[in-house]
Amino acid sequence: MIWNDEFETLPREAIEALQLKRLKQTLEKVYATVPFYRESFRKAGVTPEMVKSLDDLRRFPFALKQDMRDNYPYGLFAVPLEQIVRIHASSGTTGKPTVVGYTRRDIDMWSELMARSFAAAGAWRGDVIHNAYGYGLFTGGLGAHYGAEKLGASVIPMSGGNTKKQIMIMQDFGSTVLTCTPSYSLYLAEAAAEEGVNIRDLKLRIGIFGAEPWTEEIRGEIEEKLNIKAIDIYGLSEILGPGVAIECWEAQKGLHIWEDHFIPEIINPETGQVLPDGELGELVITTITKEGIPMIRYRTRDITRIMAEPCVCGRTHRRLQRMSGRTDDMLIIRGVNVFPSQIESVLINIEGVEPHYQLVVDREENLDTLEVQVEVNEQTFSDEIKVLQDLSRRIAREIKDLLGITCKVRLVEPKTITRSEGKAKRVIDHRKDK
Amino acid sequence: MKVEQISIFIENKSGRLAEVTQVLGEAGVNIRALSLADTSDFGILRLIVDKTDLAKSTLKERGFTVNKTEVIAVEVPDRPLGLAGILQVLDRSQVNVEYMYAFVERCGENAVIIFRFDNTENAIRVLTENGIKVLKGDQVYSM
Repeated sequence: MIWNDEFETLPREAIEALQLKRLKQTLEKVYATVPFYRESFRKAGVTPEMVKSLDDLRRFPFALKQDMRDNYPYGLFAVPLEQIVRIHASSGTTGKPTVVGYTRRDIDMWSELMARSFAAAGAWRGDVIHNAYGYGLFTGGLGAHYGAEKLGASVIPMSGGNTKKQIMIMQDFGSTVLTCTPSYSLYLAEAAAEEGVNIRDLKLRIGIFGAEPWTEEIRGEIEEKLNIKAIDIYGLSEILGPGVAIECWEAQKGLHIWEDHFIPEIINPETGQVLPDGELGELVITTITKEGIPMIRYRTRDITRIMAEPCVCGRTHRRLQRMSGRTDDMLIIRGVNVFPSQIESVLINIEGVEPHYQLVVDREENLDTLEVQVEVNEQTFSDEIKVLQDLSRRIAREIKDLLGITCKVRLVEPKTITRSEGKAKRVIDHRKDK
Repeated sequence: MKVEQISIFIENKSGRLAEVTQVLGEAGVNIRALSLADTSDFGILRLIVDKTDLAKSTLKERGFTVNKTEVIAVEVPDRPLGLAGILQVLDRSQVNVEYMYAFVERCGENAVIIFRFDNTENAIRVLTENGIKVLKGDQVYSM
């Protein structure tokens, strides 16, 4: 179902005309109100008046996460605090959190885009939306909540954690749509089984998963284990929160980015050069309707490509390929670029191997080492050493075939790899301590 | 003719083996025979116990990975060349031993050895045809 027929199916020329108009307004606004942008535009020798076509956007400088930190907490706000009705922030695990503020209109726009996203995922009025994204400073919980209410569905504000209760509520309240991180959905399935509940038998029919990169293989695993259709959603607090882009139920292939509110670009992360549609690179987003913190050419660090091909669902907004990793998650091991998602796809393709894994990177005598920790379960366990050693060797060989790097596979006891209720932490890099 | 054995996956870290034996002991399970096979990262503890199903479910509840497999218990004459004679019989019939370990108790004048074969049925046939005594599960659990 399409939530907003008028805007979601606008012809391309109309989308681009709207984008250009809104882009000019946004540039003028930030130039007038945000000292950071005025200064960075001045340094780059650009002014909002120079923008005659959408292509002119690429002359403007990028905004980085560091710029948000440097302007902590309110320096990038484009309106006075009395117009800000909500403040969110990122977790700040790597420094000061990045703070974002929303005006009343921003919240309305966000709710609209989340309602569109839910509808695109196949949810509608009558659905019971079990929202297990964390409520609080993190944008996931409240972002999905407001969208679900706008949609007119019944929303259960579960938030994260308290897994046993989550399972009880799903059973008793008849939840039909689950929103959480993909790794938490697998944890829920596992925990349900321990409670003697077969999660496949519940009323759940759709899962909307985001906030961490996941693979097509994990999708298969989730769909099988939970007996649902798993939909990928994308967002980030710096731009809005969840609901920047989502897959449609019809194609489940690529995420429609709501182009009447955002302008996506793909750049070469090394050179900053804009790449044509279809090429893989770093996603850069410009917001063109946000009031609180408009972002001009924000480097998301997420790696994807733009899919310009028309979609079967009828939406005209272009799609982003499922994120294949983050530039800051990318590990360089002995000179080879490695994304945790690549190792994940190797593991998931080996029958019986658990989707929980951890990568430990270290350096011994100036040589990088990679250890892949994999949990042993009843299906993969054997009373014979050689069977387990064959399994380790097979995993190591397949990783070597794919990435060209030698790794050590360590089989570990079940449940020893930490389960996450939010974003999964897949990598421990000891090289940083050395 | 078959004996049930449970095997447990144990990471090489201190205290894990102690924990397995503690958990089993508290559940009232008595260990009859055991063997530990280890590599640098992990070990496999194989046990014959008096209450196999209880042992398995108790360990599973405590988060261990546990499997049940079938092995056979063979009476071996307790004298020089006793075991060698049996292994020769197996070798002649091309029965491959995956692993073996000794039982704690004796059975009369004989020692008891636990064997794991890739083809258990065939091994039982070869052994009995050659007059070698294979013990029944119930005999073993209550020894």
